[in-house]
Amino acid sequence: MADLFSYEVLQVTLLSLYVSGCATMLGSSIGIPLGALVGLKEFGGKGAIKTITYTMYGFPPVISGLVIYYLFSRSGPFGDLGLLFTPTAMIFAETLLVIPLTAGVTIAAVTEIDKSIKDTIMAVGATPRQCVLTVMREAWVGLIMAAMIGFGRAIAEVGAAYMVGGNIQGETRVLTTEIMMRTRMGEFGYALALGVVLIMVAGAVFMFLRYLQEKELL
Amino acid sequence: MTVAVELRDVSKTYGKVDAVKKVSFAAETGQVFGVLGPSGAGKTTLLRLIDLLESPDKGDVLLRNRKVSAHARDAHLSRERIGMVLQKPVVLNRSVANNLAYSMSIRGWDEKDIARVVSQELKKLGLEGRAKKNARTLSGGEMQRLSFSRATVYSPDLLLLDEFAANLDPRNVALLEDMVRGYLAEGRERAVVLVTHNIFQAKRLCHRIALMWDGEIIEVAENRKFFENPDDERTAAFVRGDVVY
Repeated sequence: MADLFSYEVLQVTLLSLYVSGCATMLGSSIGIPLGALVGLKEFGGKGAIKTITYTMYGFPPVISGLVIYYLFSRSGPFGDLGLLFTPTAMIFAETLLVIPLTAGVTIAAVTEIDKSIKDTIMAVGATPRQCVLTVMREAWVGLIMAAMIGFGRAIAEVGAAYMVGGNIQGETRVLTTEIMMRTRMGEFGYALALGVVLIMVAGAVFMFLRYLQEKELL
Repeated sequence: MTVAVELRDVSKTYGKVDAVKKVSFAAETGQVFGVLGPSGAGKTTLLRLIDLLESPDKGDVLLRNRKVSAHARDAHLSRERIGMVLQKPVVLNRSVANNLAYSMSIRGWDEKDIARVVSQELKKLGLEGRAKKNARTLSGGEMQRLSFSRATVYSPDLLLLDEFAANLDPRNVALLEDMVRGYLAEGRERAVVLVTHNIFQAKRLCHRIALMWDGEIIEVAENRKFFENPDDERTAAFVRGDVVY
């Protein structure tokens, strides 16, 4: 059985963090502003957009993987970039899964901010852009929660990562795909140990995000 | 004295409820214009219309004789010259000092000027020692005085007060009323529109008073006439305390 404290495990763990971290940052930087706009602006079809966003919570990872696979496959529109079976393709696939989650949680977070706070921000003369940014800052706890949920989805992802990454040793193998592979090889104990590593890594990231969440914004 | 804000036949309806019905009045500079009336009379809607947080369905709102609109892309520019304090003390989830600084920083004031004004205001409020504390740790009265300061540090021409001292203890009410007098005394071109159901507060603070009833303005009169010799029987009943609301 392979050594849990090997360089290979470290490499796989770091790649897991890199891929899911980038997907969380990319997905949050798209989903959070989108969610804030949907939550704060009044426009026709807003209810439908919210319903679609919440429905996308259940977006199957395999579909996300399929979309990215098609886009970056040789016959796909971005095939020339040669990104299929690279960490970049995995980041894109996981980003697609993170966006609806971060957007949806952000919609709920900014909507819950008291109307009197929104009125006060406008009443002191804030521009529409300043209003949105101030409400987002008031909803800080909820926005960090959005990023936490997004990261949770990305780090636990296996279907899309396998499909567009290919589980190539030293290249695109991450903790979840390695756990799946080891399970298939019958190395249940090792797979379980890797599972513990995965949970510990996720726990460390959540602890950091919790610290940001509870930190008073002075 | 000049007209700071004028409403001409302003109406506002929410669904089937006529919140404000053809209201007209003018508030002059150098004065506190009071809008007195029972809860649900449409007073808060009136203030929201003046502050361009809502648009009238009919009629015009004029600030310094200029027609303004909540729909205008530059509505925030009109709001820049207005300060508003709501009934519920509202502070942002940040430090006391940063709450005070907020209304100046969104105007792009120089950091040094902001720091100087914040320091002065903290002294006035007696909150120097708590500048770095989160504003949500303050008492209700302190929060409301902080809200008042935040709404006036940028020297607006018009101050809108919506039941701004309701539910506070007498000491904080007195402090806040002194702040209103202080605000008015600092500039000749300043005006205050005060919405309240508190007859005594209106008597203490207002130069002219309007009685608002079921969305309509029943009577507008100078303070003394309003309380001692009103024209309308409903005004007389209201100031006598005969109206249960």
